[in-house]
Amino acid sequence: MAALMRFGKLCRIKIRVIGQSSSFKGSPTCLLRRTFSIYGRLSQQTFDSPSDKPQFPGASAEFVDQLEFIQPNVISGIPVYRVMDRKGQIINPSEDPKLSKETVLKFYQKMTLLNTMDRILYESQRQGRISFYMTNYGEEGTHVGSAAALEPSDLVFGQYREAGVLMYRGFPLDLFMAQCYANADDLGKGRQMPVHYGSKELNFVTISSPLATQIPQAAGAAYAMKTLNSNRAVICYFGEGAASEGDAHAGFNFSATLECPIIFFCRNNGYAISTPTNEQYRGDGIAARGPGYGMMSIRVDGNDVFAVYNATREARRRAVAENQPFLIEAMTYRIGHHSTSDDSSAYRSVDEVNYWDKQDHPISRLRHYMTARGWWAEDEERSWRKQSRQLVMEAFEKAERRLKPRPEWLFTDVYDENPTGLQKQQEALQRHLEQYKEHYPLDLYDK
Amino acid sequence: MAAAARLVLRTASGAKVLRAGLGWLGAPIRVPHAAAHFTFHPDPVPTRHGPTQKMNLFQSITSALDNTLSSDPTAVIFGEDVAFGGVFRCTVGLRDKYGKDRVFNTPLCEQGIVGFGIGVAVAGATAIAEIQFADYIFPAFDQIVNEAAKYRYRSGNMFDCGNLTIRAPWGCVGHGSLYHSQSPEAFFAHCPGIKVVIPRSPVQAKGLLLSCIADKNPCIFFEPKILYRAAVEQVPTEPYLIPLSQAEVLQEGSDVTLVAWGTQVHVMKEVAAMAQEKLGVSCEVIDLQTILPWDTETVCKEECFLNLEAPIARVCGYDTPFPHIFEPFYIPDKWKCFDAVKRMINY
Repeated sequence: MAALMRFGKLCRIKIRVIGQSSSFKGSPTCLLRRTFSIYGRLSQQTFDSPSDKPQFPGASAEFVDQLEFIQPNVISGIPVYRVMDRKGQIINPSEDPKLSKETVLKFYQKMTLLNTMDRILYESQRQGRISFYMTNYGEEGTHVGSAAALEPSDLVFGQYREAGVLMYRGFPLDLFMAQCYANADDLGKGRQMPVHYGSKELNFVTISSPLATQIPQAAGAAYAMKTLNSNRAVICYFGEGAASEGDAHAGFNFSATLECPIIFFCRNNGYAISTPTNEQYRGDGIAARGPGYGMMSIRVDGNDVFAVYNATREARRRAVAENQPFLIEAMTYRIGHHSTSDDSSAYRSVDEVNYWDKQDHPISRLRHYMTARGWWAEDEERSWRKQSRQLVMEAFEKAERRLKPRPEWLFTDVYDENPTGLQKQQEALQRHLEQYKEHYPLDLYDK
Repeated sequence: MAAAARLVLRTASGAKVLRAGLGWLGAPIRVPHAAAHFTFHPDPVPTRHGPTQKMNLFQSITSALDNTLSSDPTAVIFGEDVAFGGVFRCTVGLRDKYGKDRVFNTPLCEQGIVGFGIGVAVAGATAIAEIQFADYIFPAFDQIVNEAAKYRYRSGNMFDCGNLTIRAPWGCVGHGSLYHSQSPEAFFAHCPGIKVVIPRSPVQAKGLLLSCIADKNPCIFFEPKILYRAAVEQVPTEPYLIPLSQAEVLQEGSDVTLVAWGTQVHVMKEVAAMAQEKLGVSCEVIDLQTILPWDTETVCKEECFLNLEAPIARVCGYDTPFPHIFEPFYIPDKWKCFDAVKRMINY
C-alpha cells in the first residue's frame, strides 16, 4: 500500500483562466488568456481515491468536458522585468539593488572596456591582423549584470558572445588578445579560432563552436557540484537561436528531472546570424518553454544591468538552496554583425540598429543612472575613454609582436599522454620541416 | 507464449526447433534465429587478481561498477532504465547499495546522456553513462566527436572530460535486426581524443572497463550483448586492470594472422582450429581489444606490407543495414572466415 501511495504523488498545477472565452466566433481581438503557475508542492493522493479524478501517472490535472485547445499566448507574453527605464531612472525604488558607487563604476568600466576592445579587435580583423572576431555590442549589460551576481567559484559555460563575463571576472586584456592572435601566451595553446576563450582560474569553461552543446554539459556539471556538496552554481549562456537545438531541450529536461543547481541564461538578441526570431520560434520566446520543463522562469530587460543583476542573484541563491534550475531570458539586441564574416545590412535596416544603439543601450542607461547620482560626468568620461583605449592598445601591440606557439603543441593534449602513433607523426613532421623548412613560416613561431 | 514451456532442439543445420508446450499451436517449426554462430571459449582461471567467482558478462560488468562505486565516492552511473537494474541487468542492485543520487535514470535522450556525462566529468566527478544499445549512440555523436574528444586539446589542457566512460551493448544477437545489432566502432575509430574498447569475455570486460573508468580520457566501452549470458568465466571479485591499447595474442601461428574483437574472437579461435585440422595451416589469433588507439605494433609492423604473401582479407557484414531474417547469411561466420584463410594460402 505504501508503494501505491508513493505512486500516487502528484504535482499540483494551478490554472487560472482570465479573460473572455468567446473567441471562437473568429474575432481577431478576442483572446483566451491563461496563465500557468506551477507550485513545486507535491500532494499525496491515495491510489484508490473515491473521487472521480484522473489517475494517470503522467499528469496531474482535473477532468474537463469542453473541447478546447490551449491558445499559445504570444501577443501578450511573459512580461519583461526591468528596474530602470530607458533613461536610466529607477522605476520602483524597492527594486534598486542599491549597489555601491564602486560596484556601479566597475559595471560601467567593464562594459565600456569591452566595447573598446571590441572596436579595436574588429578593426584588426578588417586589417588582416587576426583571422576572425565577434563583437558584443549591445549585450554588455547581460554579461556584466549576470557575472556580478555570481560567486567567483561558480562555473560558467558560454556560447561565444559572453566576453564581458570573463572581463568582469578579471581576465586580463593580454590574454583576450593572446587568444585572438593565437600567440604563445594563449592559454588555449593557439588551437581555436578567436573569441574561443577559456580560463580554468576564473571558472570559465573554454568556448566551443558547436551551438548549445554546453547546455546539457552545464546540467551535468551542476549535478556533480550538488553531489560534491560544493555550494557552487553553474550558469549556462546561450542565444535564442541555439535554444532551438536538441541539446537545449536535453539540458533543460535533465536539469529539471535531476534537480540541478543551474541558471540557464538566454541572450535573446533578436537574430541568429540573419534569422530573426519569428523564423526561429513561434511560441513566446524561450522563457515560455521553462514551465514546460517544470522550471522556474523569468524574462528580463537585458539592457538593464540592474534587472539582469537582480534576477541572476535571486536565481543563483535559490538554485543552490533548492537544487533546481532557473531560466532567465534576457531580452536585448545584437547591435553588431554576427561576426566579421557577416554584413547585417543585408537583412536588417540601419534605422533598426540605430534605434538600439541610440535609444536603448545598456551602457548609456547605466551612465544616466550614474550621472544622476553625481558619480560620473564629462571629465570622468573623457579621461576613462582615453585610459581604456590606451590599455587596449598596449595589450594589442604586445599581442601582435608575440611569436606563435611552438609547432610541437600541434600534437599535445589530444590525450593525457601522447599515444605512440601520434609520436611517430610528430617525428615525421619534424623530419619533413628539416628538409622543407623554407616553405613554412617557422620564423613566426616560438622554438 | 512467454508462459508456455518450450523445449529447444538443435538440428544438424543449426536452426532452432521449437516444440510448443501448447499442442494446439501445431507441429514444431524451424526458425532461422541463428543457433549461436560461435562457441564461447573461456580463458583459464586468472590467478593474479585474488579470489574469483563464476560470473557471466553482465555480472562481470556489475562487479566492475560495484568496485568503482565503492572506491570512488564521486562516481555516478546514469542512463535509461539503469535504476531498476538495466535492460541487460548490468546495474542490478547498485541503486539499493549506493543510493539514488549515484545510480539514476535520465530522460530518454542520448545526446543529453552524453552531454550531461561530459559535464559531470568536467566538474571533477567520475561519470559512467549507459547508452541502451550502441545502435542509439548516434544522437550523441556530436557530443562525443565534437565535444568529448576535443575538450582537452581545444582548451590547451585547462579542461578535460577524462572522467567520462560511455558503455553500450553492442553487436549481433541473432534477432536484433537493424537497430539492436550494430557495431558502430568504425564511426569512432578515427576520432582522436577518445578511446574505444571492446572485450571478448567477462574477465576481459571487467579489467578493460575498470581501465576505461580509470583512464584520464573519455572512453567508449562496447559490450557484446550476445555474450551477456552466454559467456561465463571465473572472474576476480576484486578490481584489476587490463591495459588499453595492447592487443592480445591468444595463440601464436606462422602462416596466417587472424585479427578480431568482441564476439568474433571466438569465431576466429574456431577458424584457427579448423584451418589447422583441414588445411594444415597455422594461424595466429589476435584480439585487438582497443580499437582506438589501436596496437599497431602487435598487429602489423610498418615493414609488414612487403612481407605479406597475400592481400589482407576483411571478412565482415555486407554493405547493407543489419538485416533481421537474413542474419545467418549476413554475419562473417566461421565458414566465411575459413574460406578466406583457404583462399589466402592458395593465393
